[in-house]
Amino acid sequence: MKTYTNPVYGYRRAPELGGTTRHCGVVVVGAGPVGLAAAIDLAQQGIPVLVLDDDDTVSVGSRAICYSKRTLEILDRLGCGEPVATKGVSWNVGKVFHGNELAYQFDLLPEAGHHRPAFVNLQQYHFEECLVQRADALAAAEIRWKHRVIDVAANEKKVTLRIATQDGEYALTCDWLIVCDGARSPVRHMLGLDSEGQVFHDRFLIVDIHMTTDFPAERWFWFDPPFHRNQSVLLHRQADDVWRVDFQLGWDADPEQEKKPENILPRLRAMLGTDAQFDIEWASVYTFQCRRMQKFRHGRVLFAGDAAHLVSPFGARGANSGVQDTDNLVWKLALVMRGLAPDSLLDTYDEERIAAADENILHSTRATDFITPKSAVSRTFRDAVLSLAKRHPFARRLVNSGRLSVPAILAGSRLNTPDDDAFVGRMVPGAPMADGPVTGPRGDWLLQYLGGGFDLVVFGDGVPDGAARDLARDPVPCRLVQVGGVPCDGRVVIQDKERLIAARYDARQGTCYLVRPDQHVCARWRTFDLAAVRRAIARATGNIERNPRWAH
Amino acid sequence: MGALNTEPNLAAPDDFYDELIGLHRDLNEADSALVNAKLILLLANHVGDPDVLRAAMAAARADVAPPR
Repeated sequence: MKTYTNPVYGYRRAPELGGTTRHCGVVVVGAGPVGLAAAIDLAQQGIPVLVLDDDDTVSVGSRAICYSKRTLEILDRLGCGEPVATKGVSWNVGKVFHGNELAYQFDLLPEAGHHRPAFVNLQQYHFEECLVQRADALAAAEIRWKHRVIDVAANEKKVTLRIATQDGEYALTCDWLIVCDGARSPVRHMLGLDSEGQVFHDRFLIVDIHMTTDFPAERWFWFDPPFHRNQSVLLHRQADDVWRVDFQLGWDADPEQEKKPENILPRLRAMLGTDAQFDIEWASVYTFQCRRMQKFRHGRVLFAGDAAHLVSPFGARGANSGVQDTDNLVWKLALVMRGLAPDSLLDTYDEERIAAADENILHSTRATDFITPKSAVSRTFRDAVLSLAKRHPFARRLVNSGRLSVPAILAGSRLNTPDDDAFVGRMVPGAPMADGPVTGPRGDWLLQYLGGGFDLVVFGDGVPDGAARDLARDPVPCRLVQVGGVPCDGRVVIQDKERLIAARYDARQGTCYLVRPDQHVCARWRTFDLAAVRRAIARATGNIERNPRWAH
Repeated sequence: MGALNTEPNLAAPDDFYDELIGLHRDLNEADSALVNAKLILLLANHVGDPDVLRAAMAAARADVAPPR
């Protein structure tokens, strides 16, 4: 590759080699995007975490390149959103062509007043580098490169790992194991667990090329273009003037032949013109699958990311959903490890993220059926949609070149307190908090004030001093973020300068939103009531079941 | 929420049938299938109501082997 050289992270000999077995609170397997996000989140909570990875570098090849707004917001909370957003190429617009003609165009972020764009495109190696840098800056996180897990045993009390290194093998035990070792997940296999689903009979060639051009930073997708008849092609801009081109090849293509530069070049020349100047950076041929494990939690072993669920790349729902897994998991695990929530809270990780995975698999499967029709009639309907889309607006909504990742709305979660008061709009219990512009002591965006712990967003100054102090001193504390009104009691006050926050949250004076540590709404009211807030926190932490006195 | 109307609703059924068959005149099988698919999509959007569409799909599929 011309534009990138993989860093080599130093292997270090394990101090446990030949010594006593160390016991850890939590171990993460896999230092990819998901494992790193988990480790940073834990370390930020002050929980020591050991990450084991069988390699000593970041992703080889660009692999996952589209990172969603929600992922950037999570990374902002993890202290590494800025480098990813800055290095990445922001985009909001996608265009779908049929032949030479524009069939459909979408804008994923049609409204202003958000900190982050709908997506940034960034090579996975850059993304991982940003996360490694952040993890290395946290004293509580330790990454061990070239430490490969070769055996796992788990029971109700602990998890035991056997790890191979160049200096020999050693054992570790831990209370909790977070498995983020990717689609093939060696740890999943060692535990004899399956991930079930569907393999799609199609092959795709992905090529990264280095090219200086004035193409816009948009997602361009062609069905049946003149330069690649009867198949689809995707073009995407990444950082460093690198462009991703994705050619559909069909099931009969020979992956080894297709990967050869002499076979790739004619495809690129046909697409970009015989005069185009470019260099091939990296190429790969892939097939894809949609599948998931039946459960993501197996006692003390928690699966996240591709190890737990797998989707096709169309829609950018792989890495983005994996990062959301850890966003959902880590605060729960932290509360359980501190004895502030019952073990059963971790079952809600399973429930909430399985619902999200199923949504992703559904969208991914539907996109795949559109891109790779499985029967003649499916192909006919696909072509009918594309042909109608040029002239008839209704058909554009049927064109499916991948429905791009949006955050899961955990509407059915038992951690939510159902509404008693009337609200309109999208900020229902379970929804991720919508961002918006504010002024205040910590930054110009609402989400910069939320997350990590519970927050109560209150519109106006209707919360008495004593109540705010009481909430802050509870075993599971809750911070107050006041929107507008008179500052008092040292509480954080932000101003809704463009009135967008009140609009997005259907808020009036007195409206309160209780926000989980992962920035999802879990309860809301028209007026503040201390007992109701405490009950909702007890519900959101699984403590209702443990303390029946809350349940009334 | 509406119900699928399967009572006579075409003012001139023979004329409609003639036009439907005429629509496919001189088309090969693939193009004919494409025109039919476009027609279904246009009509489905016009109807809009998912209950009516579901009932129509079920009625179309009824008696066609294999059973679901």
